[in-house]
Amino acid sequence: MKETDSSAEMKDKSSVIIDALGTLGEFTLKTGRNVFSMFGGMFLLLGETATVTSKGLLIQEQRIGSEAIFTQMVRVGVKAIPIVILIQLAIGMILPLQMFPMLDEFGQSDQIATINAIAGFRELGPLMTAVVLCGFAGASIAAELGTMVTAEEIEALKASALNPIRFLVVPRMLATLIMTVMLTVIANVVMIASGMLTAINLGIDADTYFKLTIEAVEVSGFVTGLVKAAVFGLLIGLIACFLGLSVKPWEGSEGVGRATTRTVVYGIVAVIFADAIFTLIFYSYGLFD
Amino acid sequence: MSEASGKQPVIEVTDMAKSFGSQRVLDGINLKVYAGEIMVVMGGSGCGKSTLLRHLIGSIAPDEGTVKLFGNDITKMSEKELDDVRKKFGILFQSGALFNSLSVGENVALLLREHTNLDEATIDIIVKIKLELVGLRKHTEKMPAQLSGGMKKRAGLARAIALDPQILFYDEPGAGLDPVTSAQINQLIIDLTKKLNVTSLVVTHEMDSAFMLADRMCMLDKGKILKMGTRHDFEVLRDRTGELKSEQERLVRQFLRGDAEGPITERQLASDYEEDLLMAHKRC
Ligand SMILES: Nc1ncnc2c1ncn2[C@@H]1O[C@H](COP(=O)(O)OP(=O)(O)OP(=O)(O)O)[C@@H](O)[C@H]1O
Ligand SMILES: [Mg+2]
Repeated sequence: MKETDSSAEMKDKSSVIIDALGTLGEFTLKTGRNVFSMFGGMFLLLGETATVTSKGLLIQEQRIGSEAIFTQMVRVGVKAIPIVILIQLAIGMILPLQMFPMLDEFGQSDQIATINAIAGFRELGPLMTAVVLCGFAGASIAAELGTMVTAEEIEALKASALNPIRFLVVPRMLATLIMTVMLTVIANVVMIASGMLTAINLGIDADTYFKLTIEAVEVSGFVTGLVKAAVFGLLIGLIACFLGLSVKPWEGSEGVGRATTRTVVYGIVAVIFADAIFTLIFYSYGLFD
Repeated sequence: MSEASGKQPVIEVTDMAKSFGSQRVLDGINLKVYAGEIMVVMGGSGCGKSTLLRHLIGSIAPDEGTVKLFGNDITKMSEKELDDVRKKFGILFQSGALFNSLSVGENVALLLREHTNLDEATIDIIVKIKLELVGLRKHTEKMPAQLSGGMKKRAGLARAIALDPQILFYDEPGAGLDPVTSAQINQLIIDLTKKLNVTSLVVTHEMDSAFMLADRMCMLDKGKILKMGTRHDFEVLRDRTGELKSEQERLVRQFLRGDAEGPITERQLASDYEEDLLMAHKRC
């Protein structure tokens, strides 16, 4: 009786390990498949959105409400403006203060302006704006669309022969794109202003600061920054719309919550990775010389 | 009005089956509804009535079988072709499914704006007419969140009839309404059907409504159609006293009468309840 017990236990243990391995394998497979289907789904959504948008804008076969886009822009972007300003005020102060002692040693303290301008226009303006908008725009879009799925609104739209892509996705994606670019411009201006105030307090002449800033940024720096912002905005809109619409009707508020959290996390990861890729490309094409 | 008339059915479902995972929700459904007719679909909660409706509006595709509306198989259509069919029917969802970001009036106006070339003034008038029909004209400006459950249903109905559809699907139109409003909605369904020659398919649990509305009825159970017939057939079955020979008829009769005792109850009790308890006991 005892023997059989212990052998049963042995079997239990080995089968536990096998089970665990099986589960792990299954998990890996499932995750792989999920990631694959997620990228696939996003790609399809992007394609369809692009088709609908171009049909609407170029050949005007499909109506795209400019009011809808405007409403979404206000919803998505306006509330984020104070936060972007606040963050950029702080960052515009942090960089000069960090760099000042070292630069001063070499008698190059004026170069604070250059550093601030390059970091701001090329990097931190678009990046910080995108991160803030991930939270503001991304989360609210995902929650809204997810709730619409659970309330059968999406199904009702389809049953009324209204395309949810044209109706919901296009205005939201265009709005996040446009607002990310516009807020990036604000972010850049605020960061330069804040940097300039800091520099003046450190004994640097305002005219010099301004001149150096303009020299440092050039048109290319300004434009690449905005191109980045546009892509970040598109990514945020795409991820938010995709995850929001991927909520299943029966998942209820739990599904909506999950989609919202995921949007913020995946959004920030996607934006930073996109940033790294941009930087690599710009670097190898010598855009930063 | 019946199959003998040799008319083409407006709605025709043939050998349709659908599973969700391992659960076979619909299993060999055959259904024909003719022009100007009200077909009432009855069945216990969770038997697949809403799922059947979802197939009829092209929202989910069946695993097997075909669904024809106006003689065309919608399961084989592209999204674009399907949209053209969708403009010709209206659906009232079980939950109302209003667009929550739009006011009641805008919910109705939306379809008119998107699918017709009418000017705003005309759209305004049509919206008022549709809302008056369901008794919500005074609530045009309200947002869906400010409506009661029954009002949402009625607003959903106003939206469903916005484009003067040729087919109307109703998922439990009377649920959550007081008896008078429910009767008014039923009368509206009958008026729409008879005066405008609309074809209607109504899902309902409420036997009073069912018998008031139906030209023909069918009862769904465990994914199959248990009985189909005219209203008269069902009335006769309901009023039959004494023992019935077939299990099937006893089951339908219990449902029609709303009896607490009968084959449906026995089936629930006889299932693996005891076994289930024992299993639970073993585990602890
Ligand atoms: N998308 C889905 N995925 C998995 N199962 C589903 C899905 N939709 C419905 N079901 C299942 O199918 C069955 C039928 O559901 P359905 O909503 O059609 O019932 P119903 O007859 O409309 O019930 P009620 O009268 O309560 O509205 C239920 O058991 C439900 O759990
Ligand atoms: Mg239902």
